[in-house]
Amino acid sequence: MKRFSWFNATSLTLGFAFLYLPMIILVVYSFNASKLVTVWAGFSTKWYGELLQNEAFLDAAWVTIRVAVFSSTIATILGTMAAYILVRGGRFMGRTLFSGMIYAPLVMPEVITGLSLLLLFIGIGLDRGVFTIVLAHATFSMCYVSVVVSSRLVSFDKSLEEAALDLGCTAWQAFRLVTLPIIAPAVISGWLLAFTLSLDDLVIASFTSGPSSTTLPIKIFSAVRLGVSPEINALSTIMIGIVTIGVVSFSIMSKRNAVRREREERAAIHAT
Amino acid sequence: MMGAGLFLSVIFSGDVMASVAANQVFAPWNDPKETPLIEFRGVTKRFGDFTAIDDLSINIYEKEFFALLGPSGCGKTTMMRMLAGFETPTEGEIILAGQDIAPVPPNKRAVNMMFQSYALFPHLSIEDNIAFGLKREGMPKNDIADRVAEMLRLTRLEKFARRKPHQISGGQKQRVALARSLAKAPKLLLLDEPLGALDKKLRQDTQFELMDIQEKTGTTFVIVTHDQEEAMTVASRVAVMDHGKLMQVATPDRLYENPENVYVADFIGDVNLIEGTARKTGEGSYEINWCERTPPLKSTSDTVLSSGQGCTIAIRPEKVSISSEKPEEADNAVQGKIIDIAYLGNLSTYHVKLANGQMVKAQTANTRRISRRSFTWDDDVWLSWTATAGVLLKG
Ligand SMILES: Nc1ncnc2c1ncn2[C@@H]1O[C@H](COP(=O)(O)OP(=O)(O)OP(=O)(O)O)[C@@H](O)[C@H]1O
Ligand SMILES: [Mg+2]
Repeated sequence: MKRFSWFNATSLTLGFAFLYLPMIILVVYSFNASKLVTVWAGFSTKWYGELLQNEAFLDAAWVTIRVAVFSSTIATILGTMAAYILVRGGRFMGRTLFSGMIYAPLVMPEVITGLSLLLLFIGIGLDRGVFTIVLAHATFSMCYVSVVVSSRLVSFDKSLEEAALDLGCTAWQAFRLVTLPIIAPAVISGWLLAFTLSLDDLVIASFTSGPSSTTLPIKIFSAVRLGVSPEINALSTIMIGIVTIGVVSFSIMSKRNAVRREREERAAIHAT
Repeated sequence: MMGAGLFLSVIFSGDVMASVAANQVFAPWNDPKETPLIEFRGVTKRFGDFTAIDDLSINIYEKEFFALLGPSGCGKTTMMRMLAGFETPTEGEIILAGQDIAPVPPNKRAVNMMFQSYALFPHLSIEDNIAFGLKREGMPKNDIADRVAEMLRLTRLEKFARRKPHQISGGQKQRVALARSLAKAPKLLLLDEPLGALDKKLRQDTQFELMDIQEKTGTTFVIVTHDQEEAMTVASRVAVMDHGKLMQVATPDRLYENPENVYVADFIGDVNLIEGTARKTGEGSYEINWCERTPPLKSTSDTVLSSGQGCTIAIRPEKVSISSEKPEEADNAVQGKIIDIAYLGNLSTYHVKLANGQMVKAQTANTRRISRRSFTWDDDVWLSWTATAGVLLKG
């Protein structure tokens, strides 16, 4: 074991405090009995109860989750396809231009993306609602997915696909049966990335949402402008909880896979 | 080693002979009635300005074990990839079983390829790797299981069926790749340097295994290698390539004994090359002036040369005898000094420098113990060979 120097310990503590202290404060105050956010008046879960009564928040939560699931799924499909064509498609006309253009939305200010989408939706006469937010989120998160997936595809041995073709696959079968299973971890992390991007997006959602389709970040933001309430703290705590559960279960899942692989390996050796 | 290789290939073609037709050598390339399985007709492949394959025509016959031999970058893999359907010829056509295969996509060709990198599917077990092509064919489940079991047995991989590719050794991976490409019982199997990653011992074992499998399944094999010994050992015919051009196609023994040009003579095995000008002395016999002060060398030749034409005599070192006295009735005898002796265990090669500076190698079998060897460094010796020992080549 390496010795833990005081320098290491301090920088670790500082770093984590920097990252997590605000959240811890938020979580703690969500259990505050007092209505005043800054005064501690004992432990209570009443704000959580109240939250469940709050139709507006529940609606917003439902909208957010639907938007996140749909948009990240669309973004993953489109982003993976784009990455595949750009990495594998060979030299077609304007390939360099396209691969440059796929990165542009990453650095584009969100305000501009949101505004241009808004103009588009108005232009084609599309009523703003859940559907338009899904489209907008899919648009901007698909380039993140494509970046994640294409970095995996670059290191992917092309002869595997050729072998699949050689053994009788059509191009689509080769992709589905060989390429996709192998790059699946990258595709899943692309999906998770798109999902979280959609969950916490405020700017683009506020441009593209309609009156009936407020997402949680919009709701929280507008509520906070009237003053921070313990209810908001409770809501945020729940969101932190969801994200944590997601991340932890994902890592447990992959750990399980690793353990199973190891067990298979041992079994295979025993068989000899 | 070369001798062993030739010997093996003789045994091998003997075996095939037995299975093809009694008392008849397996040599479909000599039979004008036989139609080839694969025909390259004036195939050229360019990558931009670079010509990887240059106007190449070859016939390959059914049940052949055909080797492509040549230095790195001469276009062997490119030829295979054109057969498998991953590249299309820039010019010319490739005929497989009477059909132009240009419009046929890789997945519709009765051709399977074993990749230089094996290209095993990492997410599938060995079993599933082998079953992969069969499932695509829509073979019934039970038949797939039987076929996979058969392939595992053939390549002696039964114990590893459930493992993933990353859990087996390099040699085992190579056998999985072989089993996978054999499973569909293709008309034609392409092997791109299948044994490149193996050590010498395993390599030789696997060469025999390959020959055995080829014989059992009756599949036509095309193997790429840049190891001439391997090509000579396994193949019924060998094509020697250089810079995208075909230099010669022949059986291993003909390639060794009757090279058609200086490149092939030099590429296959060890050889002495003596340049000179020819003078016709009779039907198929020539005298070659190669050095002003020495008498001309006598050689017979199948190639017709005109008097005064430049030529090269190619003589294998083992066909040159070495002696301390001038031999009485040798067709050719030249004098020189031993510069170097390479002791190879069973053989010794003497490097002899002639009066005009030409180096000639002579090889003898070490039938005596080394202490009783008759020649040593700086000895003046005579080298001799018969008129039929060398091959006379143009240029
Ligand atoms: N896609 C390509 N684009 C451009 N040049 C290529 C391409 N593929 C092959 N070449 C060139 O064609 C030539 C023949 O390549 P090929 O792979 O057939 O060689 P090889 O005989 O298999 O060599 P090795 O023994 O090293 O495997 C090489 O000079 C190579 O650089
Ligand atoms: Mg190659």
